[in-house]
Amino acid sequence: MSIFVNENTKVIVQGMTGSEGTKHTKRMLKAGTKIVAGVTPGKGGQSVDMDGKQLPIFNTVSEAISATGANASVVFVPPKFAKAAVIDAVDAEIALVVVITEGIPVHDVAAFYAYAVSKGKTQILGPNCPGIITPGKSNLGIIPADITGPGAIGLVSKSGTLTYQMMFELRDFGFTTAVGIGGDPIIGTTHIDCLRAFQDDPETKAIVMIGEIGGDAEERAALFIKEYVTKPVVGYVAGFTAPEGKTMGHAGAIVSGSSGTAAAKKEALEAVGVAVGKTPSETANLMRKILNG
Amino acid sequence: MVKLAENANDAKEIAKVILGMDIKGHTVNKVMIAQAAPIASEYYLAILLDRANRNFLVMASVAGGMEIEEVAHKTPEKLAKVGINPNTGIDKVKALEIVKSGQFPSDIADQVADVLIKLWNAFVKEDATLMEINPLVKTADGKIIALDGKVTLDENAGFRHPNHEELVDHAATNPLEKLAKEKDLNYVKLEGQVGIIGNGAGLVMSTLDVVAYAGEKYGVKPANFLDIGGGASADVMANGLSIILGDSDVKSVFVNVFGGITSCDAVATGIVQALEILGDKATKPIVVRLDGNNVEAGRKILNDANHPLVQQLETMDGAAAKAAELAGK
Repeated sequence: MSIFVNENTKVIVQGMTGSEGTKHTKRMLKAGTKIVAGVTPGKGGQSVDMDGKQLPIFNTVSEAISATGANASVVFVPPKFAKAAVIDAVDAEIALVVVITEGIPVHDVAAFYAYAVSKGKTQILGPNCPGIITPGKSNLGIIPADITGPGAIGLVSKSGTLTYQMMFELRDFGFTTAVGIGGDPIIGTTHIDCLRAFQDDPETKAIVMIGEIGGDAEERAALFIKEYVTKPVVGYVAGFTAPEGKTMGHAGAIVSGSSGTAAAKKEALEAVGVAVGKTPSETANLMRKILNG
Repeated sequence: MVKLAENANDAKEIAKVILGMDIKGHTVNKVMIAQAAPIASEYYLAILLDRANRNFLVMASVAGGMEIEEVAHKTPEKLAKVGINPNTGIDKVKALEIVKSGQFPSDIADQVADVLIKLWNAFVKEDATLMEINPLVKTADGKIIALDGKVTLDENAGFRHPNHEELVDHAATNPLEKLAKEKDLNYVKLEGQVGIIGNGAGLVMSTLDVVAYAGEKYGVKPANFLDIGGGASADVMANGLSIILGDSDVKSVFVNVFGGITSCDAVATGIVQALEILGDKATKPIVVRLDGNNVEAGRKILNDANHPLVQQLETMDGAAAKAAELAGK
């Protein structure tokens, strides 16, 4: 088992014919992902060669679904066109859209997120995220597939490279699924969505949750853990030493006033029994202790 | 900073005092002059991005003119908060609903509703994440005027607004930050001695923390945030290293890269190239920790180059401790 994606997930890539789309389609195929088609408006009817595999290109997501039965999409479309791409996917009622694109205006994200909620058929992951991997089965996005293999840990993280770092630290245990939810101010899939899914997934034995400064998502996740999660959770929060008022890379990673600090997040998580590490390796060691009994 | 002037001459004298003032580290370069109004009432209106609810939020209050945080804290019933669906926005019906829940007097309901609609249109048109009017005033003769405001714009939407670039106060930008921006690098100057380069915002933030912990023993802190991003090339690495080595506060440098898309051999090549370009100007020790994509090739490039300033450590914590130790010497 796993969450959100598995070996049966049939994937289309929106923006497959662009340079990023092409590069990552090849990587995803190599990782075992069942990619069935690409979507690029205006290039429908063509076919592209991805390291020996021929994939059809469609003008719209709904055409791609009709022809292939796809149930998930990965978006590599540039920021200017990302809103139209996601709305196309939502209109086609695809189950999951993973938006890798970085730098989408937040008004566009707010609009496509609200649209997806109103239609009620599509889960959005991202934007500005590394995607989701169920090792050995399916990889939607840009997470390196060779860091580690299948195992019993579920991982949810705002940050891409910290996702990789934590998978690497715990590579001897492996993961059911690792999800990078992205660090933008508005994201489609939250820590809470992933915590719920990991709690409900029988193969996930323990959960690592990685947060960072800004917003109150970690505090809300802590409340959810108290209510719903009985599996062990360890946490890590990046940005303890970040100064107030400075944006640290992610558009969402900014401390304003007393809210959004790493210390407040750590405190909230510890209050509900989550062990929080000071560094990624200390966090990995906390998980190690849990899994080794 | 608001001052009242009795006449044009008075306004000129007051403007002279205000211009050049230092307010929280920002130098005042512009003064707005508006017609003074006999104020009967002061209100508050704002539209902002609501991260928690993933939409937009209007805040409206008849208790304007003071710190809105204080109103929210002491008398929350006087601050109306209304969620706005990004796809339907604020029309007359919605605006009147907000005016009602904000308990605005009925004689100005239409006027305030019009302000709200205009504010929403501007908020959308300019890709703002905050537009605040404080105070919105009713004058003695019943007019509604926006006396002061605050706007925050979304940098991601810059491609739709080439004119927004002109609004950036470059004078307030640190010279190293300015240089980094020209090179398209994500850099923030901090007050410390250990220069930091990493890939990915989360990992770099985490690196700052780990260096700060390790630095407690030696009395040193991280000197900057620098994210060279995913898929960083040798050129990007070289640009980043040049900027950090150009910071006179920096005593040692910690390069912390986990190669996901970024390939460690490209990072290593970048370090070697940067040191070649800098030549004798590079005088500070550089601690490198590489892991992930193509790590063996990356480590070999640095070993073969055998540069006297560069040393490699295997773990992030170990490398942070070494960089802190070197900066403390």
